[in-house]
Amino acid sequence: MGEIIEIRWHGRGGQGAKTAALLLADAALGEGKHIQAFPEYGPERMGAPVQAFNRISEEPIRLHCQVTNPSIVVVLDTTLAGTVDVVAGLPEDGIILFNTAEEPAAIRKRLSIKGLKVFTVDASGIAKEKIGRDVPNTPMMGALIKVTGLLDFDRMLEDNKKKLTKKFRNKPEVIAGNIEAIETAYQEVKSE
Amino acid sequence: MGKTRVARTGNEAMAEAIRQINPDVVAAYPITPATEVMQIFATYVADGLVDTELVPTESEHSAMSAAIGSQVAGARTMTATSSQGLALMYEMLYIAAGLRLPLIMAEVNRALSAPINIHCDHSDTMGGRDAGWIQIFSENSQEAYDNLIQAVRIAEHKDVLLPIMVTTDGFIISHAMEAMEIYDDKDVRGFIGTYKPLLPALDHRNPITVGAIDFVDYYFEHRRAVAQAMINAKDVILEVGREFGRKFGQEYGFYEAYKLDDAEVAMVCLGSTAGTGKDAIDNLRKRGIKAGLLKIRVFRPFPAEELAARLRCVPQICVLDRSDALAATGGPLFAELLAAMYEDRSEHKIINRIYGLGGRDIKVGEIEELLSAQVSAAAGGKSIDRIAYLGVRE
Repeated sequence: MGEIIEIRWHGRGGQGAKTAALLLADAALGEGKHIQAFPEYGPERMGAPVQAFNRISEEPIRLHCQVTNPSIVVVLDTTLAGTVDVVAGLPEDGIILFNTAEEPAAIRKRLSIKGLKVFTVDASGIAKEKIGRDVPNTPMMGALIKVTGLLDFDRMLEDNKKKLTKKFRNKPEVIAGNIEAIETAYQEVKSE
Repeated sequence: MGKTRVARTGNEAMAEAIRQINPDVVAAYPITPATEVMQIFATYVADGLVDTELVPTESEHSAMSAAIGSQVAGARTMTATSSQGLALMYEMLYIAAGLRLPLIMAEVNRALSAPINIHCDHSDTMGGRDAGWIQIFSENSQEAYDNLIQAVRIAEHKDVLLPIMVTTDGFIISHAMEAMEIYDDKDVRGFIGTYKPLLPALDHRNPITVGAIDFVDYYFEHRRAVAQAMINAKDVILEVGREFGRKFGQEYGFYEAYKLDDAEVAMVCLGSTAGTGKDAIDNLRKRGIKAGLLKIRVFRPFPAEELAARLRCVPQICVLDRSDALAATGGPLFAELLAAMYEDRSEHKIINRIYGLGGRDIKVGEIEELLSAQVSAAAGGKSIDRIAYLGVRE
């Protein structure tokens, strides 16, 4: 049994937390890795707190229990941090990535985060500029790859291009916007 | 033999299998968490990727009724459902089996009301276990896909001619994306072959009566024939599983044994928990506890002799039931396994844990704790209950 990397995505219904988990898993599959991607299903509604999960491993994954101790957490909506325990289950050296224009140190202070490696990126700002809408999930993927080194960035970008091309055949501007947003977030993500 | 490695949820995998099977008729009514199977399949119909006549009905009772009618007419017919949907089909399930119709169902296991719950347990299909349907459980998306392809051959075999349901665990598998392999359309179609109905009702040169009344003169003989078909299904399931292995690489039998040969303790379960269990078994072995696992794939027909033979040398057995028979004697799998082991002269201690009702998570650590407690009790340590509930607040 090889090491399994577990990731938890926090977002609000409609922000694309589930889609982000699916896209990441698909990209990891493209690199020959074994993957799982699944959302938490409850009474989900637009704007309500939602979670999605990934498992990524070099070996086949057999686990079918919930992810409770992820080593990486991605927060698509930082306003969730007041009501949802976004650091729950993270180990001392875990990684947490916030979608916010704030500096990592400011977030750490404001949310009283102890330990962990805190990263921030203004994914919503980037999405609004590049895609024209507040859809932070794809730029957050770019930032996630940068801070974790989980996947090869160029291959992930290629993979996303292919998938977006399939999904948005009639909206080429959406494809270009998403790709630019991923690249920008990859470059702009901030560490402490 | 071409294979493509893809990422698919259980529902996507089932829909893909149905597309490749390309049934003549599909009749269904949506229900969470099985809705997607038909939602995806309906896009295949709309896009002209299949020749199927899709019949959206107004209820599951109607869906099963329409499926029965279409299969009687001589069409290869499929459906998909879950939970309350299967419960609403209940009356018609028996008719499908009694009429010896090789209907194929993709079933997504979900708890039954009340309280209303959309998550996984096996109560729904356990409710239909005496209906004369073959029941095959799947651990993951790959198995759901492989099992559904094999289901066609099993159900339509001339010695069987019984309806069959292939199940996945609701949400845990149905909505979780995993890596799996899809086979080429032509290979799948070559494997399942063309459906040749034995007595199609639409054959006007050879008219038949279907669904006529049987009095005391013949009812028993007809039911005995259904029972024989279920007995015959055992050989056919193995034969089809072997042929599937030769063609696609993965052979299937009644069960999967994991590290069972020298096991001093073994867990027995159905569905996705087997995957989590395998990780628990590996951890226990690292701690020096010889643990193993037996995953039952085929629940109907129940392979009692084969299971008993495989578990003969395992002194401590823990049966994990994801449903409760409410019989005041433990879960349904426990009851059947106990009966299967009764003839065996060797000494076994068989315990039962009912777990995971309504989607309650079961963790690697819980399984490890459970099996190590059983081993310790067997060695004279703290005694444990024979039948109990795991992971519930009492």
